Amino acid sequence: MAIDCLVLGAGQEVGKSCMVVSINGKRIMFDCGMHMGYTDSRRYPDFSLISKTGDFDNALTCVIVTHFHLDHIGALPYFTEVCGYKGPIYMTYPTKALAPLMLEDYRKNMDRRGEDEQFTSDHIAECMKKVIPVDLKQTVQVDKDLQIRAYYAGHVIGAAMFYAKVGDAAMVYTGDYNMTPDRHLGAAQIDRLQLDLLITESTYATTIRDSRYGREREFLKAVHNCVAAGGKVLIPTFALGRAQELCILLEDYWERMNLKVPIYFSAGLTIQANMYYKMLINWTSQKIKETYATHNAFDFKNVRNFDRSLINAPGPCVLFATPGMIVGGFSLEVFMQWAPSENNLVTLPGYCVAGTIGHKLMSGKPTKIDLDKDTQINVRCQIHQLSFSPHTDAKGIMDLVKFLSPKHAILVHGEKPKMATLKERIQSELGIQCYCPANNETVTIPSTHYVKADASGTFIRSCLNPNFKFSTHSSTDKSYLDSNKSKAVSRLSVSDDRATEGILVVEKGKKAKVIHQDEILHMLGEKKHEIQFAYCIPMPMARTEDLSSTSHMLCGFDKSTLISRLSMILSDELSEGNILDLGEELQVESFRVSVCSSDNCPHRLSSSLQNGSESVFFCCNWSVADEKLAWKIISIMKNSTL
Amino acid sequence: MKFTCLSKGGGFHFPPCHMLSVSGFRILLDCPLDLSSLAIFSPVPIALEAHESLETDSVVRKKQKIEKTLDANDLVCAEPWYKTVKSLHLWDASFIDVILISSPTGLLGLPFLTRTKDFSSKIYVTEAAARIGQLMMEDLVSMHMELRQFYGPEDSSFLQWMRWEGLEVLPSELKKIASGTDCEELGAWMPLYSAVDVKDCMRKVQTLKYAEEACYNGTLVIKAFSSGLEIGTCNWTINGPKRNIAYISSSIFVSTHAMDFNFLGLQGNDLIIFSDFSTLDTTENMENDNTYCDPVTSSNASDDLYNLEEIAASLLKDDESMEEMEKLAFICTCAFDSVRAGGSVLVPIDRLGIVLCLLEQMSLLLESSSLKVPIYIISSVAEELLAFTNIIPEWLCKQRQEKLFSGEPLFAHVKLIKERKIHVFPAVHSVELLTNWQEPCVVFCPHWSLRLGPVVHLLRYWCSDPNSLLILESGDDANLALLPFKPMAMKVLQCSFLSGISLQKVQPLLKALQPKLLLFPKDLRCKIQISEANTIIHYSENETLCMPSSKESTEIDIATDLASQFHWKTLKQETVTRLDGELFMDQGKHRLLSGFRQADSKQHRPLLHWGSPDLKRLLTELSKMGITGTLKKNMDSAESKNAAGIIDIDDPEKALIDVRETGTVIITADENLASHIFKAIDIVLDGI
Repeated sequence: MAIDCLVLGAGQEVGKSCMVVSINGKRIMFDCGMHMGYTDSRRYPDFSLISKTGDFDNALTCVIVTHFHLDHIGALPYFTEVCGYKGPIYMTYPTKALAPLMLEDYRKNMDRRGEDEQFTSDHIAECMKKVIPVDLKQTVQVDKDLQIRAYYAGHVIGAAMFYAKVGDAAMVYTGDYNMTPDRHLGAAQIDRLQLDLLITESTYATTIRDSRYGREREFLKAVHNCVAAGGKVLIPTFALGRAQELCILLEDYWERMNLKVPIYFSAGLTIQANMYYKMLINWTSQKIKETYATHNAFDFKNVRNFDRSLINAPGPCVLFATPGMIVGGFSLEVFMQWAPSENNLVTLPGYCVAGTIGHKLMSGKPTKIDLDKDTQINVRCQIHQLSFSPHTDAKGIMDLVKFLSPKHAILVHGEKPKMATLKERIQSELGIQCYCPANNETVTIPSTHYVKADASGTFIRSCLNPNFKFSTHSSTDKSYLDSNKSKAVSRLSVSDDRATEGILVVEKGKKAKVIHQDEILHMLGEKKHEIQFAYCIPMPMARTEDLSSTSHMLCGFDKSTLISRLSMILSDELSEGNILDLGEELQVESFRVSVCSSDNCPHRLSSSLQNGSESVFFCCNWSVADEKLAWKIISIMKNSTL
Repeated sequence: MKFTCLSKGGGFHFPPCHMLSVSGFRILLDCPLDLSSLAIFSPVPIALEAHESLETDSVVRKKQKIEKTLDANDLVCAEPWYKTVKSLHLWDASFIDVILISSPTGLLGLPFLTRTKDFSSKIYVTEAAARIGQLMMEDLVSMHMELRQFYGPEDSSFLQWMRWEGLEVLPSELKKIASGTDCEELGAWMPLYSAVDVKDCMRKVQTLKYAEEACYNGTLVIKAFSSGLEIGTCNWTINGPKRNIAYISSSIFVSTHAMDFNFLGLQGNDLIIFSDFSTLDTTENMENDNTYCDPVTSSNASDDLYNLEEIAASLLKDDESMEEMEKLAFICTCAFDSVRAGGSVLVPIDRLGIVLCLLEQMSLLLESSSLKVPIYIISSVAEELLAFTNIIPEWLCKQRQEKLFSGEPLFAHVKLIKERKIHVFPAVHSVELLTNWQEPCVVFCPHWSLRLGPVVHLLRYWCSDPNSLLILESGDDANLALLPFKPMAMKVLQCSFLSGISLQKVQPLLKALQPKLLLFPKDLRCKIQISEANTIIHYSENETLCMPSSKESTEIDIATDLASQFHWKTLKQETVTRLDGELFMDQGKHRLLSGFRQADSKQHRPLLHWGSPDLKRLLTELSKMGITGTLKKNMDSAESKNAAGIIDIDDPEKALIDVRETGTVIITADENLASHIFKAIDIVLDGI
């Protein structure tokens, strides 16, 4: 059996995330996003690839949406209401609560730009009714065979990574995630899982980011300097996520510095969003969660609603205005008024799409911006760019892949050349097969299956007891952080052969059975035939004064002295095995050696050493399991003198 | 598997407690406190009487004099102790592996266990139950502190009332509560834990979400499913390698606030432990009237329901929740009548969901009238508890969740507090309360036992006012509870709330769940007749039941990619192979996966041989490898024809093969030759 992954969006690009995965007969759509960069049919995933006839209910088992960003959920109302998908849709509680706000906001903007409407307000409401909300770690049984589970992803409130399991095959789709906590959200968290496939985002496939602390301080300083000089600060943001995060930051700073300058939220939208955030406090970071009872962090004390009449009111203030990137609407209106004064400050948090005013401000420092043919804005205000990102960096991606150690990995949601670099790293450093398919491509990977066998009690019991073997061997260790430097390290390796004591027996018409090796003879009614190796080895004696002839030698040294001498030699040269000195005998695993005094020992091949020097015979025997070790010992004995 | 019911509990505030032994692990189900037994203690005496009643000797003497009717002076006037589950202390806490807590009330006795030496159990509680339970314990500790301040530091001597003489003078009613019928319950009394114990206990708790899979020791998969009784309460499924168990605590199908009873999540388990004793309490009064039992035969309707959907739909008919809402509405009108008459209303009900719903309905009713009556909530943890209830949409019923999705607060009290219609104070003596106090008013405050907390002071204050109203949850003995406040002119409204599965729904529920084996309380036997074909075992308190496991052998899953690398060998009837890889125990399953070991490090070699070698064949095999030797018959070869002998090898090296009946010895100094000879012997022998 195999897992098929059809990439409908976010393949080698960022935008319209959509992936259809078939595992063991179940078909799951992960995310249903739209592309913000297009206004034609390319803005939605090509749903016809899922089902030619448009019978999506039978083609898909369920749809899972990871978070409320439009490039992950934007096409959902279109898919359910226009295309007619009626099956189950899963998302976390916050995503279900906040997604309508995002979709509605987008729909209004579509209207304003005069684009043809793809879905209506009613469509959004109808679509959201079909959504089944899930909690983190809640194991949802979608049907008899399919099990899904959400894990905290940190990216925005309610963002989740989804685990899906059908039969023996399991996978994780990360959506967007952040491996470092920010002001209001915690870091992504997931259990160690047995996975066949991991599909991960790779927005920052090659970037390693420094700490946010410095950037936060810079931002606060810029804002403080501006308001201290009586200027006005404009922060154009989208309604959800960044606005709340920065506001927590500012509230905290205002409290500490005892500032009284008002902070405004432009539209009712953002205040309403705070209402949601207050109820969803369990989905934020630990620090914020802990203080909910005394003071809910989203109960902003200094925040007020902004009124249009306040635009030109005297005195300093901070204003959060929608939409972000200054693509139009209220943030543009305010920008036009405030930009000409050099006292004022415009802070741009996050990424701005090319073509927006935000993008123009970020690339160089223009003094004039042409809005359209007739309008020109003089830009004299200060511009501050804030590069917080709620995405994980390359180290975070590598950490997650390494932690989960899936059998295969697929990269999506990133830029093609950077993804190729990351793919190489995953394959070479972690030894995990990795793919970065383009849109509308399908990747097929094999999936795990199990055969079932009954195990005997003896085998299970013997497996409960550890049976460790230690050995040191040198290997070249490639640390993945500096892959060009590899050094030889000698490391202790531990092996445990519990499983190899088991024997699998298959008989026609019966269920396979696992028994312990001690049980097989009884089962077969046979007697054990033991094969052993033996060799009676002569070892030359170092010449000593008081000994002149071999015949007297054994009288001069008692057996135990000889054995302890041999033991010393072996422990010097042998790196593995545990040497047991039993007085008359040495034992290393199954290898046994004792002084042989019988001249016609059956294990003796030659009567003495060729050169005729004095020698002692050691009779050795061992079993096949310790063959390597035994020959190592014998070669040591051959090459040394007592 | 073994099962012992330690206590069947008593109502909502004292859930049942059981001990379970599965796959060699000992599991404790719930650890409650019997707070109703606080009734034997006297509440804090009024300041004036304080001096005389403190003299314990005089109290004792007084008691000896009075013979007949119980009055307030009979109550034990001492710092109260608390009664735990009576037979739990007979078990060694350090041998408990897992503790499952199904409700906040089931958590209240836990600090007694967690503070014991060598305590090492894993405790699983749902996130919401843990938080609410913790607040309840903190509140209990702070209310107890008040009494403690009054009685002063505990004297080192053994408690007067618990001594034999002390018990002897107790009226029989109280004595029964204190020591049980045969004095066997005396050991269950404990002095209350401290705030530090509570904190320490909560640190040891592992919180879970609904339907989150917790895997204990790789063997047991434990999951909590909502039971609908209260916010965060749950039923459990315990899946081990040999058995799947579902534990059903008191559950409510359709709740007005908490997430509904998720009975579908309990499907597919072969054993069900039914532990909802709620019907036992509610029908007790009825039983007194007509002494012979009248079992509810579920012939009505449910018999002709066969498919699951129909059964589910009939179970989820929300007639019960409608009834509950009507009950609440009735309480509200009673309260309203009382405040209109100028009296105040005191509500010492400690069921979070009921309180939250009452707050909403009561303020709605007050708002619709012209009356300006404030609602006070007095409790050391009220503020936090109320704040908490508004951030847990994931634990609430569908209608409340809809509020989240439309951006409204989950419960109306947030708005009402902001509008100053509801006032929250930590204690009766807080300054804000004294400055804001206004009568008539409606007060919600703990504790329902009427022995602890703000309710004691307010009840003393209002008990002689005929216009005021006390709204009580009907408990074991309201008469005893009200004893210290008698004579009472105050009106008393006793109400009972739905706190479990109603009798007529038990049968369809079991039909939907289809267990092979059902553990059912003996006490409920005569109330419900279960006509299912499945086996029913009745259990009663302190009786250990043993059940044989349903699966005989353990199953191992072998990864196919690993299995394809096995070296198979065909014997007479069977094909055999030695296993490889590493054995894992995860999610209650044994799994053999390919290990991390490199394949080259270990070449495949049979380690075990049987049978006896044919020496001639051995010689041919050797010569195929270019090894020549001669067969020297052994001297004492009489025993067997071909099984004994020595092969002398001189090419390429000198070597000997000494073959005997039970074993073969290869004698050579050359590694290569040795392995070749071994291979040759391996060919002529059977081995693995």
